[in-house]
Order: sequence, then structure tokens, then C-alpha cells
Amino acid sequence: MARTLLIAEHDGTQLNPSTARCVSAAVQIGAPVDIVVFAPDPAAVAAQAAALSGVARVLTVAHSDHAHPSAATLAPQIVALAAGYDAVLMPSTTFGKDVLPRVAALMGAPQVSDLMAVLGPRSFKRPIYAGNVIISVSVPAGCPVVATVRTASFQAAAGGGDAEVQAAELTAAAAPSHTRWVSLSGGDSDRPDLQSAARVVAGGRGVGSAEQFSIIERLAERLGAAVGASRAAVDAGFVANELQVGQTGKIIAPDLYIAVGISGAIQHVTGIKDAGTIVAINKDPEAPIFEVADLGLVGDLFKVLPELEENL
Amino acid sequence: MKILVTLKRVVDYTVRVQLARGGSGVATDGVKMSINPFDEIALEEALRIRERGAPVSEVVVVSIGDDACQAQLRTGLAMGADRAVQIRSAEAVQPLHAARLLHALNQREAADLILMGKQAIDDDCNQTGQMLAALWDRPQATFSSKVELDHAATPPVALCTREVDAGLETLSVDLPAVITSDLRLNEPRYVKMPDIMKAKRKPLDVVEAAELGVEAPPALTIDAYEAPPKRSAGRRVADVDELLAALRERGVL
Repeated sequence: MARTLLIAEHDGTQLNPSTARCVSAAVQIGAPVDIVVFAPDPAAVAAQAAALSGVARVLTVAHSDHAHPSAATLAPQIVALAAGYDAVLMPSTTFGKDVLPRVAALMGAPQVSDLMAVLGPRSFKRPIYAGNVIISVSVPAGCPVVATVRTASFQAAAGGGDAEVQAAELTAAAAPSHTRWVSLSGGDSDRPDLQSAARVVAGGRGVGSAEQFSIIERLAERLGAAVGASRAAVDAGFVANELQVGQTGKIIAPDLYIAVGISGAIQHVTGIKDAGTIVAINKDPEAPIFEVADLGLVGDLFKVLPELEENL
Repeated sequence: MKILVTLKRVVDYTVRVQLARGGSGVATDGVKMSINPFDEIALEEALRIRERGAPVSEVVVVSIGDDACQAQLRTGLAMGADRAVQIRSAEAVQPLHAARLLHALNQREAADLILMGKQAIDDDCNQTGQMLAALWDRPQATFSSKVELDHAATPPVALCTREVDAGLETLSVDLPAVITSDLRLNEPRYVKMPDIMKAKRKPLDVVEAAELGVEAPPALTIDAYEAPPKRSAGRRVADVDELLAALRERGVL
């Protein structure tokens, strides 16, 4: 019987919200969905995965080297597990993008990157040219489906599931010595997560400086929103790279996206196309961001934002 | 130390891509073609590694394609690569096929470091580097925004800062390895006219893809091309009050 294997993304204690969205894509493929959790102590994450509606089984692979597993560590183990499956999925996050092609190469299978719609068990839509063109692709017969899922295209699977959790029949492997994890420096975790937040306030080059970016952060805090940025703002050093929204940053789908001082380059717009409501605030009435915004306000952000905060 | 850099010929990033008439593909006739920008960054990094003092014996640029890709290889030579190899293939190849061809070529070249763009801006696959590392059974450091090489170590080690969703991750990998570049790794140099002239005299070898003895892997079939759903422009509001009223009306506040 056909089965789908999904590799969980997590930080050791919390399941990443991208996994729940990936489950929705997996369910549409139509076969029972198993999630595998690689971790030093997988119990907590496995319990969260088991609660996702639509998940048949949760498999765990425990090993101390899985605290910061490299693609080189995970890929052969995923390939060994995948022997019993017709489809292997990961979210199209930097984690999934790093690991899954390595899996596909070892399996001798082509990979569907950024799967955005399921047309059938072996047929999918995906974006190319920064989302300017959408293609429908089919996986050839006799070949497993290997795909990263564009999480902004799918709703998160609901909770309330009660899948069985069991240790995978797999010998956990130690990491190869040629790759060593050194460190991770991340932004502050007090704010809502940009990838999964319902509201996002993002700033661009128009904000002017790292100091002035606090005006974006204040509005975000007031709205309970995550903070995002355009590539121009990141390149200019206003904020850290993990806040970048767009083709090479994060592709997001919040209910409300407020673009402040962002001109709206196509690479940026690619990252927000699935947002519910897009608001643009820009002093340039010709800025391309207005072509995609549901609500546009032409004005000086340093006047508009304080007024907005005051009247919320 | 030998560094191999892959260069893909793609539609220039400034071109607004259009569907071909009849929806059979993407219109490329008469469209400006360039080196994939991420690959250009990868080549720049290879050149800087040498300029920072690493004992780099050779920087070799490789492309897979028909003879048109020689233009991009010449640009790579003008930037400062020493030698170019075209893997001649009349057909466009998908990432796994590309990785197998590159792996086969590398059996001859025996590179110590393979630098690649993290993705090509045409198919946006983001696969080939990782696939090549898998076939080679060597480390990968994808989406790198900083590369520090300790060439005196045995084996040489690359300390790579990677742009990941959670922030900046640092990996230490033994060479040989595959490193793929993110946008902020560097800003590629401009090519000067004398370098373009000099590049014409640098070696550009052609290897037939069929000669590399690679089995073509299963490939995805492309069933249809279509334009993305359009997001139409909404309306302009005059002031903050009107904006707030509209947001409340939509139920998003």
C-alpha cells in the first residue's frame, strides 16, 4: 500500500509550524502519512506531531548527534527509511532545501522543489522564475515522489489527532566527522515567528537606518505582528538576514501584511503573494508595491506610522 | 588546491519573463542571457579565496549546455578563472542529471573545492549542489554568506556561515566539499575590457556529455506552463483613518 513519509522540522523541543502545513500537502497526495522525528530525545516533538490531524504514525530516531544534524548525517538514514514509502516530503525551508536534494540524489529520483499544489498522487504545480511562471510536473512511473513543500501554499493541519508513536526500525547513525556544527546566532525569540505569524509588518530601504527600524518594530509589537524586511533593508544592514521576505528569503502567507517603505521588487512580491490582505505605505505613488496591495497609502512613513499606532 | 565553479546560462535577472505563445514554455528568443547571479557570486568567492592567499593552483569554470553557454564561460574566464570546460549537451538537463555529469567530470578534475550558486534563477530548484555532494559523498555547506578557509590544516577546513531560517549557522567542513553561495557572500567584480581580450586566449575545453558515461536519471515531465494567478491592485486610501476603517471592515484588525 502506498505511504507518504514526512520529515519533521523542529528545534529539539518544538515542532516547527512548517511541518503542520506540510502535512496538509501530504494528506492531499492521498496515502497514509507518517512523520519521522530525528532528535536526541524525540518524545516531546513526536507528541506534537502525533496530535496533527491526518497523521497515521509518528516514527522516532533517537541519537545524540541529531541535536544539529547535517544533511550528510540525515540523508542516508532518510533513504533507508524511505524504502517502504512512495513519497518523501520536507517543508521548503532552509532545512528541507538543504537535506532533501541529498536524499533524492541517493535515491536516484528527481525532486519537485516548492510544491505549491497537488494535482494528483504524482502530479504537482511549482513556481519557476521567481514565481513569474507556474509549471505542472509529473513524477515518472516507478520513481518515488520526492518533494519540498512551499508551506505558504497550504493551511496548517488541525490538531486533535492521536497517531501512534513508535521507534523507527532503523539503526541511528553517528554523524560523519567531516562536517561539524559550530554555532547558531538567531534573532530574538520573543517576537512571533515570521514564517507562521498571522500578521507581519515589514520595512524596506525607505526606513533609512537600523536605528529608525525601531518604528517598524513598535508597530509590529502593537499589532502582535512579526517583523519582516525587504532584501534592500537586509543588505543595508538595518536588520538580520532571517527577517528577509522574498524569493531568496522567506515565502510567507500572513492574514495581514503591511509593507512600509518597500518599493516592491518582483523578488519581494514573490514572498507575499499568498498573504490575505496586503497594505502598502510608501511615499512614492509610483512604487510597484501598490500594484499588488489591497490597500495603499501614499505618505511619509515617519508621519503615518505614529498616527497609525495612536489610533489602533 | 583546485577550485571548480559551475556557471549556468540563464535569462538575465532584469528580464521580465513571459510565457511563450501557446504556453509551451518560456519565451527566450532574443532575450538577454547571463551567468546565473548566484554562480557569479560563487566564482567571485573562488577568486577571492586565491587573492586572500590560499595556494589555489587553478580555478576552473564548468557549464552544461549547447555552445551558447561558451559566452558565459568566457565571461567567467574574463572575471579571472584560468580554464573553462563545457559539458556539451543539446538538451537542457535537470538537477540530478547535472549533478551526475559534474560528478563524472570531477572524477577527472579532482577538485578540492566545488563552489556553486545555491540555486539557478530560471528553474529555482536549489538542488544541484546538494545532489553533487551526495554523489561525491562529501560535506556540503549550502546558502553560505561567509567562507573562511584554513588551507594550512590537514585536511584543509572551510568555516562556512550559512543563512538559515533561524539566523546564521556556522559549519566547519573538511575539504573536499561543496559550498553553495547565498546573495550576501560577496559582490562580484565588473569585467574590464582588457580581461575580456585576455579571456579569449584562455583554454576552453569541450567534453561531450555522452562521453562522460553517465546514465540519464529519471526526470520530471513538464505538463504545462501557466502565468501565476494575478493579484490585482486594490484601492488607495487617503489617510490613516480611512486605512483603519478599511482594515476593520475586512476583519483583519
